[in-house]
Amino acid sequence: MANTTFLYFPGCKITPFLPRYDRATRAVLGHFDIRLDHTELTCCGYPVRDRSMAASVLAAARNLAIADQKGLPLLTPCQCCYGNLKQAAYWLNENSRLRRIVNGQLAEEGLRWRPQIPIRHLLTVLTEDVGIDRIRQRAIRPLDGQPIAAHYGCHALRPGHVVQLDNPLAPTIFENLLTAIGATPVDWSLRLDCCGHPVSERNPNLSRKLMTVKLEDAREAGAQCVATACTYCQMQFATAHTLNQEAGCAPLTARLISHLLEEALGLTDPDVDYQ
Amino acid sequence: MFMSSVASIALGICLTGILWRIGRWFRSRIGPERAKSSPVSRLAAVARALFGLCFRAQALKLLAAFLWDILFQGRLLRQSRLRWLGHMAVCYGFLLLILIHALDDWTAPYLFSDYAPTMDPFRWWRNGLALLVLGGVLGMLIGRRRRAAGIHTRSWGDRLAVALMAVIVLSGVMLESAQILSPTIFADMVEDYMGADDPAEVAALQRYWAAEFGAVPIPSLGGAMDDDTEAGQAAHEAYCASCHSRPQSAFLSYPASRLLKPAAGWMDTYRVDDWLWVIHYLASCLALAILPFSQFFHLVATPVNLMAQATGPVTSGAPVLRATRRALGMDACTHCGVCTTHCSVAPIYRVIPNTDILPSAKLNGVKRLATRRLSASQTKTLAEGSAICTLCGRCTRVCPSGIDLQDLWQASREDLTASRVAILDVREAFRPGGAAPSLPPPGLAGSPPASLGLTDRPEVFWACVQCTTCTSVCPVVAASDDPQGDLDLTPQQIMNLMRLQLKEQALGCRMLWDCVTCYKCQEHCPQDVKVADILYELRNAAYQGVMPPQPMAADNH
Repeated sequence: MANTTFLYFPGCKITPFLPRYDRATRAVLGHFDIRLDHTELTCCGYPVRDRSMAASVLAAARNLAIADQKGLPLLTPCQCCYGNLKQAAYWLNENSRLRRIVNGQLAEEGLRWRPQIPIRHLLTVLTEDVGIDRIRQRAIRPLDGQPIAAHYGCHALRPGHVVQLDNPLAPTIFENLLTAIGATPVDWSLRLDCCGHPVSERNPNLSRKLMTVKLEDAREAGAQCVATACTYCQMQFATAHTLNQEAGCAPLTARLISHLLEEALGLTDPDVDYQ
Repeated sequence: MFMSSVASIALGICLTGILWRIGRWFRSRIGPERAKSSPVSRLAAVARALFGLCFRAQALKLLAAFLWDILFQGRLLRQSRLRWLGHMAVCYGFLLLILIHALDDWTAPYLFSDYAPTMDPFRWWRNGLALLVLGGVLGMLIGRRRRAAGIHTRSWGDRLAVALMAVIVLSGVMLESAQILSPTIFADMVEDYMGADDPAEVAALQRYWAAEFGAVPIPSLGGAMDDDTEAGQAAHEAYCASCHSRPQSAFLSYPASRLLKPAAGWMDTYRVDDWLWVIHYLASCLALAILPFSQFFHLVATPVNLMAQATGPVTSGAPVLRATRRALGMDACTHCGVCTTHCSVAPIYRVIPNTDILPSAKLNGVKRLATRRLSASQTKTLAEGSAICTLCGRCTRVCPSGIDLQDLWQASREDLTASRVAILDVREAFRPGGAAPSLPPPGLAGSPPASLGLTDRPEVFWACVQCTTCTSVCPVVAASDDPQGDLDLTPQQIMNLMRLQLKEQALGCRMLWDCVTCYKCQEHCPQDVKVADILYELRNAAYQGVMPPQPMAADNH
């Protein structure tokens, strides 16, 4: 392994809304001797991209420049953060005027964006740095063939040539990971579709519809739960739990990849119901 | 007599003001629970909660908060050791000055058996405490200047309060040095304590003071003989020494009096010491009177808020308590700016120059929202700042006053959404019958780099052959039974508008604002048209039409 220390980029939403994702991610990475640097970082720029591309790129570039200054690759467990950091790096590379302006502003803080900073998502670190085989060997409590639907999330997957997570039309990275911890990934037609979160404030009805259609598809494919690797997707699916209860049907829960790993690696107490 | 009535009036204003501000905690409305409770029922709820606390283990938590957060100011220590030192110096320095100096007539008989303001250690303490306060204020001002990075949120009342503190301390030091130099005061004291009848003995005493202590300078200090010195020393020991220490022990005022010595005669003629006393006294009264109307109100609100916060976050309490807790929290703000230095979205302020993005400034807007004093344009900027906040909660974790800021942002966001007026509904502005704001001209030199210029460059979308792939993979289109009716335009139709250079016509269509940014259109486009990026840029353009950006300075490399 070339790098075992990463600059940890949890993003804004994890600490207040999904603190257990944060703890589980750190526990799993720590289990494989991956060290995390916890320097205070700022917003990745994703939430402001609708409003201003320049603001979004500056926000992302500031974090990338800090990673560069520390000489550490950046790791995030959020797919929207990952996608936006990659987008920013892509456009900074493409557009010299944008680069000039952003670097001019970063210079006020003594920072500078340079193209070579690696940006990594939790899924790629687990697959490439830790390794599927090592995860399989250490999975002392495998998930007994539990049928799980891998939800890819959009911003880490597309546009493929910008974010470079996996093949954007036929990705396998998530399913490989699920297989390694003993789950059975189900084949479902909407696995690459949106969870609905981006329009949850602007058009709640549409947002809910996209989510329920998607979850229904996973259920029909035989999944017992949906696996996520993104803060926003998980927050969105968490709202389905109440919806399901209101409708009186069995809840199809969404579980974060770190929680599934934590369980399979034996890092949790099997008698405690963490959900 | 006049002076003591001024003090009484100041005290009256102070107490009335404090009650009025506390009353506002029960009237201010913020958060979704607001419609349900009257000020009286809110007051009753607080009383019930306080009564209930006495019988729970939480009382211990409150005691811990009182000791650690309030007396020791531990939250501040966690932020910065230097600021903690400065604040402790000002806080305890001033408190002790008030206790043993300003209120000495009342407190001294209980505290000390041998109190005299002219005696050590009391005079030495007074100078020491003044130095502590001055050093603390100076240190905090420098620290704040460095931290605030050009963003000042303090009102005139706050500035006046800090200025008054400096005036009080400096006029006190000057007053004492004027007294050291004053022959008139010397004469008065001789009369009071010596019962002077022998001019030669008085003259000897004055010469002794001038020679030994450099005090009370005499214009013609000649011909002092040995026996004269002895007589002076004898008089000093008989009448002065028992209740007057050497002036040198006033280690701030004495050096100051050395500087003023050349002007001693003039100062005595015009009784500058009396004037300084009036200034010192009136400044203290004024500071007391404006306490409830300035930053100094945090002396009341911050400790109360820290105790309230020790019972848990705002939303952990009963709904009827929340609006009150929020109002209390807003009053506890000292405008220290720590929240802004840790704010996740603060860097965005450099591109979108709306101060309401920064928590320290946004709090003022939320305060005005709670008391219904927000103008239409202020509402617009607050709504933008509120929308940009990611609710990461870092401001809450670092706030030295223990304000549950994250809850305030969430509550005010819900209020802004509920009162439709406040919503920055960009889409509606561009729909038929909307305000239809004009867009900034594309690609001007010096204009903000708000866009990548995708929508203004024909080569970006001229490859589009209207094959409808983007529309057929779009999950938003798929979710609708009647796309034309629900969405106005499909993605491929928007691309066609781009080809026709009719960008403005796309800004109000529902497809643009229902886009979930999943990038399927762009990924599947056989012609490599950046469909999703173009939709993003169109939304950027609409936002800029509604909130026109200001030119940025950094485009000069």
